[in-house]
Amino acid sequence: MNLASRFASVLRGRTAVIGAPYLWLLVFFLLPFLILVKYSVAEMEAVQPKDLIQFKDGLLQLTIKLSNYVFITQDELYYKTYLSSLKYAGATTFFCLLIGYPFAYFMARAKATIQPALLMLVMLPFWTSFLLRVYAWKGLLSNDGWVADLIIGAGLDQVLAALGIISTPGKLMNTPFSLVLGMTYTYLPFMILPLYGNLSKMDLRLLEAALDLGATPWTAFWTITVPLSKAGIIAGSMLVFIPCVGEFVIPELLGGPETLMTGRVMWDEFFSNNDWPLASTLAVVMILLIIVPLALFNKYQAEAQERRT
Amino acid sequence: MGPPAADAFLRIEGLTKEFDGYKAVNNVSLDIAKGEIFALLGSSGCGKSTLLRMLAGFEEPTAGRIVLDGQDLAHVPPYKVPINMMFQSYALFPHLTVWDNIAFGLKREGMPAAGIEERVEAMLKLVQLTKFAKRKPHQLSGGQQQRVALARSLAKRPQLLLLDEPLGALDKKLREETQIELVNIIEQVGVTCVMVTHDQEEAMTMASRIAVMSEGRFLQVGAPSDIYETPATRFVADFIGNVNLMDGTLDVDAEAHCEIGCADVRHYVGHGITGTRGMPVTVALRPEKIQLTRAAPKDTGFNAVRGTIREMSYFGSFTVYQLVLASGAKLKVSQANIERLRENPLTWGDEVWAHWDAWSQVVLTQ
Repeated sequence: MNLASRFASVLRGRTAVIGAPYLWLLVFFLLPFLILVKYSVAEMEAVQPKDLIQFKDGLLQLTIKLSNYVFITQDELYYKTYLSSLKYAGATTFFCLLIGYPFAYFMARAKATIQPALLMLVMLPFWTSFLLRVYAWKGLLSNDGWVADLIIGAGLDQVLAALGIISTPGKLMNTPFSLVLGMTYTYLPFMILPLYGNLSKMDLRLLEAALDLGATPWTAFWTITVPLSKAGIIAGSMLVFIPCVGEFVIPELLGGPETLMTGRVMWDEFFSNNDWPLASTLAVVMILLIIVPLALFNKYQAEAQERRT
Repeated sequence: MGPPAADAFLRIEGLTKEFDGYKAVNNVSLDIAKGEIFALLGSSGCGKSTLLRMLAGFEEPTAGRIVLDGQDLAHVPPYKVPINMMFQSYALFPHLTVWDNIAFGLKREGMPAAGIEERVEAMLKLVQLTKFAKRKPHQLSGGQQQRVALARSLAKRPQLLLLDEPLGALDKKLREETQIELVNIIEQVGVTCVMVTHDQEEAMTMASRIAVMSEGRFLQVGAPSDIYETPATRFVADFIGNVNLMDGTLDVDAEAHCEIGCADVRHYVGHGITGTRGMPVTVALRPEKIQLTRAAPKDTGFNAVRGTIREMSYFGSFTVYQLVLASGAKLKVSQANIERLRENPLTWGDEVWAHWDAWSQVVLTQ
């Protein structure tokens, strides 16, 4: 068999199907990521980073500058923005789960005839650009917005202030409250959909078996339904948590001076300070911070798959 | 109806379940004695599963009472009734080990850990799965899963055990072995048991009494042999095993015999029936009660008919012949293959005589 036909046969069928998404990821994720890594260790020269390998005066030079990595561990700002990014992403994930789980649960247990309609309602917000919907929250939460009026009217702003979530009662916009509310609102469908998919596939006879063995409906929920929906909980949490960590638009529109997040800091380094190596360093570290939980999730998924077969 | 239970441990009175105006279970009454293995037999949709689900507490009866050992259970939720069920295809908890599956019900009772440990070990020993305690259900074979399900449903020492198609998920060979094993375990524990099945062989080998159900009602309740040898209705005769049904009229009805004229044959039955001359009746005759010979029997006036072999199905231990009679009606005859190599065996197209004795038939008046 000559080389050309062997190459053709390799490309055929299965290989091509698996290859296509890999190629996509290679071109649009791995390559840009490597460019970022390159920038992060490059030296800045006037307005542009220098090449890593240079040939000058008969010397072949490889310059890897690690000072940015050292710098971000020393400057409190970066370490604090990472922590606050993780904190707000974590809070958003928690509230999405708190609201999304009962939502998905009752959707999965609703009559089969109305389930498509409920599913449609969850996806309906996607019909409007999320930017517009976040802008709408700006109006709703600002001083004369009716949601703000409702919250202040009910005295809930006092509670939020007492908890330290907003600094002054009566002012809801540009606080951690408005930020987490906006992110929870935006990312809720990403929590509901995988949970619904998981819960609607559950064998209801398992719950009957639990009741038959003396479990009350409440115990059966905690001992059977929740453990069996673990994969859905993890998938939904990942889908909410990961984009929230690097979220830029929502903190920009709804966040305030207290809610500094990585996305904002990166933007500043790229476009205000024009310090591409430092900005790239921040991005690389953030991606690594996200990849660790993702890798754990993939490992869990693979194990679950193995258990099923 | 079959013989009444000596002392009713489980009493079902006028039980009815309606779904949107359709009576899935229609005014059913039954007494079951302590220690009995009782089978509800019927095809799918006959109401047997609904009846079982009412016993388990999953369905609220529309009318009627369920009384277990003197306690009315009709409106008690499933997690409070002293009844456990082995589910169809088992419904084992996939995220728990065999050990935790069996312990699940005991933990809900708030039993102390030492007691749970002891009980689970005893159950594992009972179903011979001690080695598999740490496995998850999907790591077990179908037969092992079935035994885990049995152990789980017996662990709480229920007063009544319900089995929903207990062997339906097993293949035929394993099913036959498991039937006997299952009965042995149930009898060893001494629990009263109600099972639901669509498999008549399963019902006959396992149960001490059977109720044949159709359209939400009991058609006949009795011991397996009663139901097979003296079916009460045409439906029961046809549903249980193979049968030849011949319509005819009652010509003679004396004290000790009756005669029935059918299209191809005159029946002489060795007992009288309660009926009037000329009334239409159906004669039910099981294929294995018929003799096939090439030569005519001594008396061809009664209980004998000539036919041509049209079909033959060889089953190893017996062969089923299908004869075509003069009127075009068909007659199924099964003959045990007693001789290994028979000289001049019966074959397609042979003209033969089918004959039977006066105690072989059942006369059905309904």
